[in-house]
Amino acid sequence: MEQVIISIGREFGSAGHEIAQKLSEHYGLPMYDHNLLDEIAGKKGLDSQTLREYDEVKRNRLLNRTVRGMDSSPARNLALMQFDFLREKAESGESFVVVGRCSETVLKSYQGLISIFVTGDMDKKVARIMELYHKTQKEAEDFIREKDRRRRQYHNSYCEFKWGDSRNYDLCINSSCLGPEETMHVLIQYIDARRRVQKQK
Amino acid sequence: MIAQILAVVIFLAMFILIITEVFERHIVTLGCALLSLVLVFGLGLHSMDAVIRTLNVQSIFTPGFWYTAGQAGEASAGINWETIIFIAGMMIMVEGMARVGFFRWLCMRIAGLVHYQVIPIFITFMVLSFGLAMFIDSITVILFLAAVTIELSQLLKFQPIPMILAEIFCANLGGSATMCGDPPNIIIGTSLGFSFADFITNTGLIALISLVAVVIYFYVVFKKELLKGAVTERDPSAYPDPREAITSRKGFAASTVIFLCAVVLLVTHAQTGLTVSFIGVLIGAVTLLAAGKDAVTLLKRVDYKTLLFFIGLFVVVGSLEETGILNVLAGVIGTISGGDVRLMIAIIIWLSAIASAFIDNIPFAATMIPVISNLSAAQGVDLSILAWTLALGTDIGGSATPIGASANVVGIATAAKEGHMIRWGKYCRYMAPATVIVVVISMVMIYVRYL
Repeated sequence: MEQVIISIGREFGSAGHEIAQKLSEHYGLPMYDHNLLDEIAGKKGLDSQTLREYDEVKRNRLLNRTVRGMDSSPARNLALMQFDFLREKAESGESFVVVGRCSETVLKSYQGLISIFVTGDMDKKVARIMELYHKTQKEAEDFIREKDRRRRQYHNSYCEFKWGDSRNYDLCINSSCLGPEETMHVLIQYIDARRRVQKQK
Repeated sequence: MIAQILAVVIFLAMFILIITEVFERHIVTLGCALLSLVLVFGLGLHSMDAVIRTLNVQSIFTPGFWYTAGQAGEASAGINWETIIFIAGMMIMVEGMARVGFFRWLCMRIAGLVHYQVIPIFITFMVLSFGLAMFIDSITVILFLAAVTIELSQLLKFQPIPMILAEIFCANLGGSATMCGDPPNIIIGTSLGFSFADFITNTGLIALISLVAVVIYFYVVFKKELLKGAVTERDPSAYPDPREAITSRKGFAASTVIFLCAVVLLVTHAQTGLTVSFIGVLIGAVTLLAAGKDAVTLLKRVDYKTLLFFIGLFVVVGSLEETGILNVLAGVIGTISGGDVRLMIAIIIWLSAIASAFIDNIPFAATMIPVISNLSAAQGVDLSILAWTLALGTDIGGSATPIGASANVVGIATAAKEGHMIRWGKYCRYMAPATVIVVVISMVMIYVRYL
């Protein structure tokens, strides 16, 4: 089987994670999200809970310094560790689904990469977050804005293209139009078509 | 007046840009240096003489730059080429030593000598860190020591973070002991004409006494955490052989001899009359000769960015000096202290320590040198006392926070690469009290010994 790496970027509340989960089940591929930290921690004999604090967090410029390319920021070091881990997986020829972690940029050089960004309408995202996290409308809106702000800052501090910029992804899709289930089916059609084209090459 | 305002604005902009790391720091200082030359010296002062004085290139072609015939070196202003040339030579020597595996061998040899027992390793590595940092830049010391500490922690199953923190502190402390240990000391020594012996008999003694105090402090605060989960039954066959660290026996022997010669030349430079710039060029050249075909690789590995950073920095500080801003600052300290030497020392040591905990101590020290010179002249205080106070404050203060000194960043980054994250809170909880202890010891010793 040709290598396929499905990278899913997502807005908070857009069901991007759920879609990624379903794609991984559909294709029978391992999925890497924050569980990636468990693998890293297991390899190095560390507690993954400690690492989670710094997952997908922006490097604080004022509280950290760089000396000869070495950085004191735990967030940056953890991000680089995850990027290396993803590259190692890709280099080994493994096919997988990966959520976030700048994977569309980090793995850009791999032919099997299919990068997707899932967005959503604010009202649909709010409804989803209210249900999932038992929040009021106002709380859900604030939660979404805060989460997206953090993801944007994290992504933009490591990547040339901005988070959610359509030029950086193969496909951007609004999950609110069709709902998570139908969106996933559209994505499967797209991924299958991409794999066919790749095979023909 | 315009020149003064421009000099202050450029200086502040430089500091802010260095802290925020928008651009690499050598780009910042060189850019600000260019602005200083054009705006402050050109537009503000209309003085070509001030430009020539600040660039200070002519000093390199004077005999006194290389040989002082047993006399104390002359105080100089502007770009401190002696510091830059010396640091370049030391960088080449250190690269040569690292290439042949000297530092890794030394760390493993010491761990072997104490039979891979965790607490003895902890104590000997602190002393090793202090000792090496007296002669070698603390970045290199921590780069190797922290890497070996993590390797040993995996083998002996101890917590590496306490040991790395203690090593960082001792490296910064060791740097304060000698003229060549930390860049602020080199700048202070070469700018004010102090020798290696002057430093070791003054800051060196204080640093040594402080070392005893911090070894006890770190032992008390870290003993429990360090031994958490450490293995008691060990398999000696799993211990690494220090000899495996050596990549070239011939190169190793040559590097060791060059290092020992450098130490002897530095210790005796006041007697021989050889300046640190001469010693830097000599050891750099001999290292390159000994490296043979690897000389080009060594030259490529020299940290030119740091050297350029120094050049830019000296020009910007030179503009503050030429416009008289630093006289004003000296006047403020003099007025606040009301001529009381004790208060003056307290202000300088605590101001230096607190500032160095948050900002780069090199620009701070470079700025403060003309200030203490003016203060000494205006208030009639012995310049050497203020120099030791400034050196100790800037060198030790840097240990207090993760961003205070380069060794801290390197130690934290080395640990983080293996997943051992050191947060600000954790770092400061142990390192800030140690810094306060040493600053208090230093201040009391300066009072007792010199006043």
